[in-house]
Amino acid sequence: MPEPARVISGAHASSGRDHPLLRRILIGLTLLIVGVLIVIPVVNIFVQAMGGGLWGYFSNLFSDRDTRHSILMTLIVAPISVAVNTVFGVAAAWTIARFRFPGRTLLTTLIDLPFSISPVVAGLMLVLLFGLQGHMGPWLREHNIQILFAMPGLILATTFVTLPFVARELLPVMEAIGAEEEIAAISLGASAWQTFWNVTLPNIKWGLLYGVVLCNARAMGEYGAVYVVAGHQGGRTYTMPLQVNKLFEDSRTSESFALASLLTLLAVVTLAAKVALERRTRRELLAATRPSEVPETNDLPHAGAGPPSVRVNQTRLRPELIMTTAKPVDSASAAPSQGMAGA
Amino acid sequence: MSKSHRNVLPGFRLSLSFTLIYLTVMVLIPLAACLFKACSLGPAEFIEAVWTPRAKAAYSFTVGASLASAAIDCVLGLLVAWVLVRYEFPGKRVIDSIVDMPFALPTAVAGLVYSSLYVENGWLGQFLVPLGIHAAYSRLAVVLVLTFIGLPFVVRALQPVLESLEAETEDAAALMGATRMQTFRWVIVPLLAPAMVTGFSLSLARGLGEYGSVVFVSANMPFRTEIAPVLIVHKLDNFEYPEATAMAMVLLAMSFSLLIVINVLERWSKRHYA
Amino acid sequence: MSIKVNNVSKKFGAFNALKEVSVEAGAGSLLALLGPSGSGKTTLLRVIAGLETPDSGSVYYEDEDVTSQSARERNIGFVFQHYALFRHMTVFDNVAFGLKVRRWPRAKIRDRVRQLLALVRLDTLERRLPSQLSGGQRQRVALARALAIEPKVLLLDEPFGALDAKVRQELRQWLRRLHDEIHVTSIFVTHDQEEAFEVADKVVVMNSGRIEQVGTPQEVFEHPASAFVMDFLGNVNVFHGRLQDGRAHVGGMQFDYPDYAHQESLPTTLYVRPHELELHHGPSEAGSLKAHVERVNPAGSVAKVFVWSDEFGIGMHVELSSERYNELRVRPGDTVYVSPRRVRAFVPEPEYVI
Repeated sequence: MPEPARVISGAHASSGRDHPLLRRILIGLTLLIVGVLIVIPVVNIFVQAMGGGLWGYFSNLFSDRDTRHSILMTLIVAPISVAVNTVFGVAAAWTIARFRFPGRTLLTTLIDLPFSISPVVAGLMLVLLFGLQGHMGPWLREHNIQILFAMPGLILATTFVTLPFVARELLPVMEAIGAEEEIAAISLGASAWQTFWNVTLPNIKWGLLYGVVLCNARAMGEYGAVYVVAGHQGGRTYTMPLQVNKLFEDSRTSESFALASLLTLLAVVTLAAKVALERRTRRELLAATRPSEVPETNDLPHAGAGPPSVRVNQTRLRPELIMTTAKPVDSASAAPSQGMAGA
Repeated sequence: MSKSHRNVLPGFRLSLSFTLIYLTVMVLIPLAACLFKACSLGPAEFIEAVWTPRAKAAYSFTVGASLASAAIDCVLGLLVAWVLVRYEFPGKRVIDSIVDMPFALPTAVAGLVYSSLYVENGWLGQFLVPLGIHAAYSRLAVVLVLTFIGLPFVVRALQPVLESLEAETEDAAALMGATRMQTFRWVIVPLLAPAMVTGFSLSLARGLGEYGSVVFVSANMPFRTEIAPVLIVHKLDNFEYPEATAMAMVLLAMSFSLLIVINVLERWSKRHYA
Repeated sequence: MSIKVNNVSKKFGAFNALKEVSVEAGAGSLLALLGPSGSGKTTLLRVIAGLETPDSGSVYYEDEDVTSQSARERNIGFVFQHYALFRHMTVFDNVAFGLKVRRWPRAKIRDRVRQLLALVRLDTLERRLPSQLSGGQRQRVALARALAIEPKVLLLDEPFGALDAKVRQELRQWLRRLHDEIHVTSIFVTHDQEEAFEVADKVVVMNSGRIEQVGTPQEVFEHPASAFVMDFLGNVNVFHGRLQDGRAHVGGMQFDYPDYAHQESLPTTLYVRPHELELHHGPSEAGSLKAHVERVNPAGSVAKVFVWSDEFGIGMHVELSSERYNELRVRPGDTVYVSPRRVRAFVPEPEYVI
C-alpha cells in the first residue's frame, strides 16, 4: 500500500495551545503504544534468540541443514526478484513519467494491483497456472520442468508480490526531475543508452536505491505466497520465513527465534537505510526545483587582460571581443520604453 | 507545449512493450487463470462453494477482525501522529522511524513474537493472563497482530494533514470561545476525516489479506479463529481447486472494491485539500 | 548556414500552434522570434531544432531537407530557458558532454572545453557543480556546452528569461558581440521586445501561430504591417475615427491620409505612438484636440504626460523629449492642445460580394 511521504519538522506551531499536562499524558501514551506494540516485541526477539548465548545462537542458525538451506534460498530468491522488478520498475517509470499515451492511468493502476491482492491468492493463481492440474501443468510435466515446489515457483511468487515497489518509488522522482536534461543530452547528440546511463541514472539513483531497499525487505520477508507455492514438505523449498514457522511448529523455539532475529536485523537495517535515503531524495527533489541562490557576480568581460583567442566554428575569435566595454544604447534609435499600451 | 516527448526522447516503444509484456505475464495471466477457474463453476456451485458455514465463519471473522483492528489503528494512529507532529520530546526522531517497523518486519516474525509474548509465561502474558486476557491463540490475538501491522498506514496518512493544519484556525476558534475539546471536535476532526478514512481503508485492506502473522497467533480453529486465507490454503491442500478459487475471487472482489474506494478518496481529498 | 522553414503547421490536440508558417534565416544572421505567450514562437524554434515534428511543411538547413531528421542528427546547439545543465556533472563535464558522446580524444576535449570556458569567463569554475553557480553563470555554461560541438546553428529558447534584469542586460549585449564574431546562424525566442530589438538583425513578430511581420527592428517599429504589430511593439494610443477621401477624422482633428482615397467613409481604428503626439499651449492650424493634463512623469530621458479630453472622453499618453518638456512646462490641470504628427490605420482588404 502506498506510503505518503512526510517531513518531520520541529514542533507544530499550535502545540503551545495544548495544556502541558495533556501534552505529557499524550506523549506518554504514545511511548506506551509504540513501546508495547513495537519495541517490546523487537527486543523480545533478540532476547529469545540469544537465550543460549552467542555460541548457542550460531549453532541454532547453522547446525541444522534445513535451516542453512532456507537462508540460502532466501539469499537467492530475493535478490533475483528484486533485480527483475528493478528492471521493470525503471522501464515502467520511464514509460509513464516521460510519455503521454492513452491508457496511462490504467497502466499505473495495474502496477498497483499486486498490493491489493492477498499473498495467498497470489500463490493460488500460480498453482492454478503451473500445478499438475493447472493450465500449464501437463505441458510442464512433459518437458520435465518443475515450477511449483521448486525455486522458479518461489521466485515467481516473490516477484509478483513485490512487483510495484521500485516502480512506485521511481515514478514521482522521475516526474519531479523532469525531462529537460535528457532532452538537452539528445540535442547534444547522445544516443538513448548514453542519455540513460550518463544523465537519467545519476539523477534517480537515490530514489532507485530507496525502492530497491523496500522491495528487498518485502521480498525477504514474504510468507503467504511462498507458502502456497513451496509445498509443505519443508526442506529444499523453504525460505527463511517459512522455516521460522516450521521450527516453531516443531517446538524448536530457540532456533526459530534465532532465524527470526536475522530477519529482524534485516528489518532494522532496512529502516535505517529508509530514513537515510528518504532524506536524500527529498533534499534532491527540493534542490531541483529551486532557483539558484548563488548571487550573480560581475565577471563578464569589461576591461582587462583577455584570454587567448578561441576558435569557434572555424572562425578565429579576436581577443578584443572579450575586452571591449558595452556600447551605450543609442537613445535616438527606435527603442521605445516598455509600459502599458493604449489609451 | 507538448509534454509527450515521444518525438524526442528515445525508447518509448521499447519501454512500453517491455512494461506491458511484463505486466501481462506476471499479473494479468495469473489473474486470468483465477477468473477462468472460477468461471468453471456454475453460478449455483459458486454460491455453494463460498457460502458454506465454515466459509461464512471465515469471512466474517476476517472482515470483523480487520475492521476492528483498523478502527483501533485509527484511534492509536491519530494519537501517535498527533504527538509526533505537534510535540517535541527527546527521541522523537527515533520514534518516528520506529513507526515504520511493521512495514519492514516480515509478517512471520511478527506472528512468532506476538504469539510468544502473550502466552501464559510470556513477557506480557504473565500479567495479562491472570487478568483473564488471552491475547494469544484467540480472536483477540488476531486483532492485536493486525493492529500492529496496520498502524503505520494510519499514522503516515494523518501526518501530512496534521502538518498542514494552520495554527491560526485553532486560534480563531479559541477566540470565538471554543474549548480545546470543541475546537478538536468541530475544527480539527473534519479536516482530518478524509486522511483518516484513507488510513482506515489502507489498514483494512492490508488486514483482509494478511496471512503470515495471523497463522502464528490464531491457532486457526475453524469457525472460531480461522481467517479466509487459511481456509483457502486448506482447500488447496485438499485439491479442491475450484472451491479455493471461488473463495479467492470473493477476497479479490473485496480488495478491488477497497482499492477503488481508496483511489477515489485520494483523488477527492487531493482536490479539496491540496 | 541558412535555415528555411516552408509552410510548417503543428497542432497539439485541438490547439493549433503553427499555421502554415514560412520564414528564412540567412547564413550567419541573428534572428529573433518575438511574440506573446501562445504565439507559437517556441514551437517554431523546436520544430527548427528537431525537438518537434511538424504535421506538414518542411525545414531546410542550407539545401538539405532535414524535416525527417531527429534533433540528434541535426548537429544543432540548443540553449534552454532553464539551462537544463546536468546537475550531477561538473561544469567541465557538462561542456564536454557533447564531445564525449562524439568520442573525441581526451586531450582534444580538454583543450576545447578550456577554450570555451575561457570564452564565457568561467575558466576558474570548471570543477563546480551547477548548484554552486548563479543563474547567469549557469546560462553561460549552457551556452558553452551548446557551442562546444561546433554546431551549424544555435537555437536559444528565452535564454535570459529566468535571470535578473541586470544580468539579462549584460548577457544579451554580450551575446550580440559574441555573434558578431562567431557568425553562427542563430535564432532566439523572446517575449521581451526590448531584447529582440537590442540583439537581433531581424525580428519575426508572431501571433497565434502566424507570422505577422518580418523585418529589421527599425522596419517593424516604424512600419508595422498590422495593428497587432503596432500594439505589441511599444506603447500606442488607440482612437476610433473614420477615413474618407484622403483624410482621417478623429474627433475634431483632421489630417491627410493619402493611402485611403475612397469617397466612402470608413469607420476605423487609428493608432498613434506617444512620441508622435505633440502638445501645444494653443490650438494649432492642422487641427488639434483640447485636453487637460492629468499626470506628468518627467523622470528619465523622456517625459511622460497623460492628458484627458473631456469632450470626447478619451485619454492619451504623450511622450515628450526633455527639452520640449522644459519648454512647455506643463503641469497637472493645465489646458493643452494635442495634435498627431502621424497616424496609422490598418485597413482590411475590401471584400467584394458577387
